[in-house]
Amino acid sequence: MSQILEVHKLSKTYQSGEKNLTVLDQISFSLEAGKSLAIVGPSGSGKTTLLGLCAGLDRIDTGSVSIAGHALDQLSEDQKAQVRNENVGFVFQNFQLIPTLTALENVMIPLELLGDKNALQEATALLDQVGLADRKNHYPSQLSGGEQQRVALARAFSNRPKILFADEPTGNLDEETGAKIEKLLFDLNRDKGTALVLVTHDIELAHKTDHLIRLKGGKVFESDLLSQTHAQS
Amino acid sequence: MAWKDSRRSRSKLLLFTLSITIGIAALVAINSFKENLNYEINNQSKSLLGADLEVYSQQPFTEEQMSFIDSLGSTRSLQSRFSSMIYFPQTGGTRLIQVRTLEGDYPYYGEIETLPLSAATDFKTGAFALVDETLMMQYNANIGDPVKIGQLEFQIIGKLQSIPGQNSINTAVAPVVYIPHQYLVQTGLVERGSRVYYSYFFKTDQEIIEEEFDETYETRFEELALRYETVDKRKKNTSIAFNNTTVFLNMSAFIALLLGSIGVAGAVYSYLGEKRRSVAILRCLGLSGRQAFYIYFYQVLTMGLLGSLIGTTIGTGLQLFLPRLVEGLIPFSIQTRFYALVALEGVAIGMIVTVLFSLLPLLSILKISPLNSIRAEFESGGDDQKNLILKSSLFGVITLFLFSFSYLQIQELDQAAIFIGGLFVTFLILWLFSKGLIYLAKTMVSPKWSFLLRHGIANLHRPKNQTGLLIITVGMCTMLISIMYFSHHVLLDQITMAGSEERPNMVLFDIQSHQKPALETLVTDFDLPIVQDVPVVTMRLLEYNGITKKQASQDSTLEIPDWLYNREYRVTFRDSLISSETLTEGALHPYQANDSIFISIAEGFAERQEWELGDEIIFNVQGALMKTYIGSFRKIDWRRIQTNFLVLFPSGLLEEAPQFHVLVTKVKDNQQSATFQQAIVRQFPNISIIDLELVLKTIEEVLVKISFVIRFMALISVMTGLLVLINSIMLSKSQRVKDSVLLRTLGAKAKHIIAIITIEYLALGSIASLTGLITAHLLTWVLSVTLFDATYSIDYMSTVYIFIAVIIATLVMGLLNMRPVLREMPLTILRREN
Ligand SMILES: Nc1ncnc2c1ncn2[C@@H]1O[C@H](COP(=O)(O)OP(=O)(O)OP(=O)(O)O)[C@@H](O)[C@H]1O
Ligand SMILES: [Mg+2]
Repeated sequence: MSQILEVHKLSKTYQSGEKNLTVLDQISFSLEAGKSLAIVGPSGSGKTTLLGLCAGLDRIDTGSVSIAGHALDQLSEDQKAQVRNENVGFVFQNFQLIPTLTALENVMIPLELLGDKNALQEATALLDQVGLADRKNHYPSQLSGGEQQRVALARAFSNRPKILFADEPTGNLDEETGAKIEKLLFDLNRDKGTALVLVTHDIELAHKTDHLIRLKGGKVFESDLLSQTHAQS
Repeated sequence: MAWKDSRRSRSKLLLFTLSITIGIAALVAINSFKENLNYEINNQSKSLLGADLEVYSQQPFTEEQMSFIDSLGSTRSLQSRFSSMIYFPQTGGTRLIQVRTLEGDYPYYGEIETLPLSAATDFKTGAFALVDETLMMQYNANIGDPVKIGQLEFQIIGKLQSIPGQNSINTAVAPVVYIPHQYLVQTGLVERGSRVYYSYFFKTDQEIIEEEFDETYETRFEELALRYETVDKRKKNTSIAFNNTTVFLNMSAFIALLLGSIGVAGAVYSYLGEKRRSVAILRCLGLSGRQAFYIYFYQVLTMGLLGSLIGTTIGTGLQLFLPRLVEGLIPFSIQTRFYALVALEGVAIGMIVTVLFSLLPLLSILKISPLNSIRAEFESGGDDQKNLILKSSLFGVITLFLFSFSYLQIQELDQAAIFIGGLFVTFLILWLFSKGLIYLAKTMVSPKWSFLLRHGIANLHRPKNQTGLLIITVGMCTMLISIMYFSHHVLLDQITMAGSEERPNMVLFDIQSHQKPALETLVTDFDLPIVQDVPVVTMRLLEYNGITKKQASQDSTLEIPDWLYNREYRVTFRDSLISSETLTEGALHPYQANDSIFISIAEGFAERQEWELGDEIIFNVQGALMKTYIGSFRKIDWRRIQTNFLVLFPSGLLEEAPQFHVLVTKVKDNQQSATFQQAIVRQFPNISIIDLELVLKTIEEVLVKISFVIRFMALISVMTGLLVLINSIMLSKSQRVKDSVLLRTLGAKAKHIIAIITIEYLALGSIASLTGLITAHLLTWVLSVTLFDATYSIDYMSTVYIFIAVIIATLVMGLLNMRPVLREMPLTILRREN
């Protein structure tokens, strides 16, 4: 099966003042299309950084990342944006809805950027799927955390991505709501064949995925995934 | 605590300080300059007149008059002045000048400055002349050269550099040449009907107190048909002459301060916007709303004081250069001084503005609830009643302050009311427009539009939109700055002449009736057109509706000024209108024998005197009394080069009265102009010629200077305006940046983001700029009619320039704001929690 995500010897160093802080150190792995992967690790171990790099939201220092065959480090910002628009969905730790747009408008954006003529209908259907059809004209500030996260999910799926990155999607939610969001995630993963990369502190959740990577101090501490190139060498 | 807290957002505080600084600097500079001007007028008023008292007449003094003059004092000088042509035999140049003849030691105050110094007195010893320095330069004349005035030849003994009470505009239009008085008659220029002013200048032992003097002598002067001017009168007239300049300066000061105030409110608002979260958290930790308020109040106060002090210092420094800008426009030199009171006033007003305009946004601090730390978007409902009362009373105080400030600055109640009223109306219009725009954006957007257009327009009405703020601040700044340019235009338009290449460019006057046939032949010989040939009769107003000068001056409630009776009316007669005139009321009544005489009066003049149709006016036409009635009003376009008259008589009455003629023609070029003038001067030495090309050129030079002053003021406004703009746009910077970054993570390209922002700011910029311009035109029109007493005319060029400049400035600022989106990595910005 083809690899939707390939990460090879990826390193990231942040400069804070005069000190260099190596946040990610030579990370390599790859993920097959349609599979799910959990990334776990203590706070500050570099999970968000890794996810951001995979989605092209940050500059790669050394190593490479490719999504659906596009080597991100060789693309311009605009090209990365296009790759994201066509292939990637993203759910953030803190929802990151656009506060000046209604729930519906938030969900419509990726579709509109794709030039989808039926953006309105599709977005409405998606909101319906996450149970928020009646809240579509509300602004994020008028929604609860769980509701916002569901809108974020609907938005992440709206462009029918090949891969979805979710950064602690249930981290801010109570158990029940968290379980609902989880179910949504895995349902969408199964029904639409979207690969899923999930950052979580929840070990139980982590064990529901096909694969698991444990990060510690910016290094892969444990993994059942190896990048192909790594495996061959 | 207060200082510690300011650490993160000091750039905002800097913007705030800058607004105050520039506003106060402009205010202090202008007010110091005004003080300097007043001081000099007061201080040099004696040298403006050159004496303590001037007594003058347009006829040679009679014996009776002389015995009265003798009684006034013996330290006196005699001067006569009149227009005439000068002829430089060596180069063949001719030009209209003002001839002054002098006998005695005038001036007693100030100096006639000449080169060499001794020439100022030596010229009285023989057939010598002092010739205006610039005139000598223009005509390549040197000391020792001969000049011809009338029928006499004089030798240039010195260059005339300055005369008491004359500015370089006066002398440029009609350069002065002094000759000794004893040659006056020999020049042959003094004939009956020519306009010569004879003056005696007195130096008195005791200071003349205007009121006492008036009381003692006024009737006597009247009986003798003499006129007089005291130092105080001259001072008043000089101040009046600066009226438009002063109004303009006051307006600039007012505008600078207003822009600064808007800057203050904006900067504090945006500064606090960044602080909401921190305040909310502090409040969770137990800080009371009042304490939170004081933290920021002290910060703002400190920065305000700093800004006011710096502004005052800069303003005081700036005023040193202002006199240099107006050099030549003022008939005296200006020494700059430091005025502690003005400086103090600057600091005080700076502080008042700081407090008043920062309180507006500061009050919202009281409202920040601890809940805001949990949910940033949390709005604690509408204003509660207490806050509402506080806010409305603050608005009241601000209005009161602006009104009293404008009143103090302008010293005229109605003008201050115009400023404040205009401001209020503009604010209202802008507010309505912004509401309208938001409504339009909400209802107009159609799903059929492209994604980018839809988002750009939708941004105008979405939550946290900037529509209201930007339209009001940008609109207000546009309005204020435009007013500067527009009123500049209106003022200049008063002096510049309308008309095309086809306009006539030469006026011959003082033509005696018997000279007319010969002159007309000469004109036709030169193949020149006679564009106009107008007879002029001079007369004086004796009674208006039965009120004599004496009654008018005794009863001040009549509000009829002296000069109305004193001035000489130059009147023509015809039964039709010319192209520069339009009838506004009544009709021209041709004269029928034994019927009443109906005259026509210039509209503006009549309006100012509150004259009405049917009013009775008795004129003294060179000894003969004529009872007339106002039969019509005419609007006159004074800027046309025509011979225009305040008073127009019907024909059939004045034909036989002593008169002279004015002839208007058009010469083709300088060469023809020179030869034609030489021919006239040789054949008719008493005829004066105005070469309008020359006058226009001189006026243009003056205008360049005035423009410079105005540009300087406008520049200050533009600078403050830009500050306000930066401020307002920065307000929502973090919000907009985050929105755009999120769009980017979802796949939007740079061009998408730029397009959305461009559409939004184009819409905002154009609406704000358009509204500002429209209100500016309205206000300028009001100002023109009420303050400047000028005809309003639209400045199309500036309108277009300002329209485009404001849009571009708004757009550029908006786009610059988005730089982080394109420069920084999305994750970096997303991590930044606000
Ligand atoms: N812009 C930056 N400059 C300096 N250091 C940074 C920057 N961004 C992240 N870091 C550091 O990189 C490290 C990894 O951060 P990251 O957000 O990836 O951790 P995380 O694993 O997601 O933690 P958590 O589970 O708490 O979300 C942290 O120590 C963080 O302080
Ligand atoms: Mg994280």
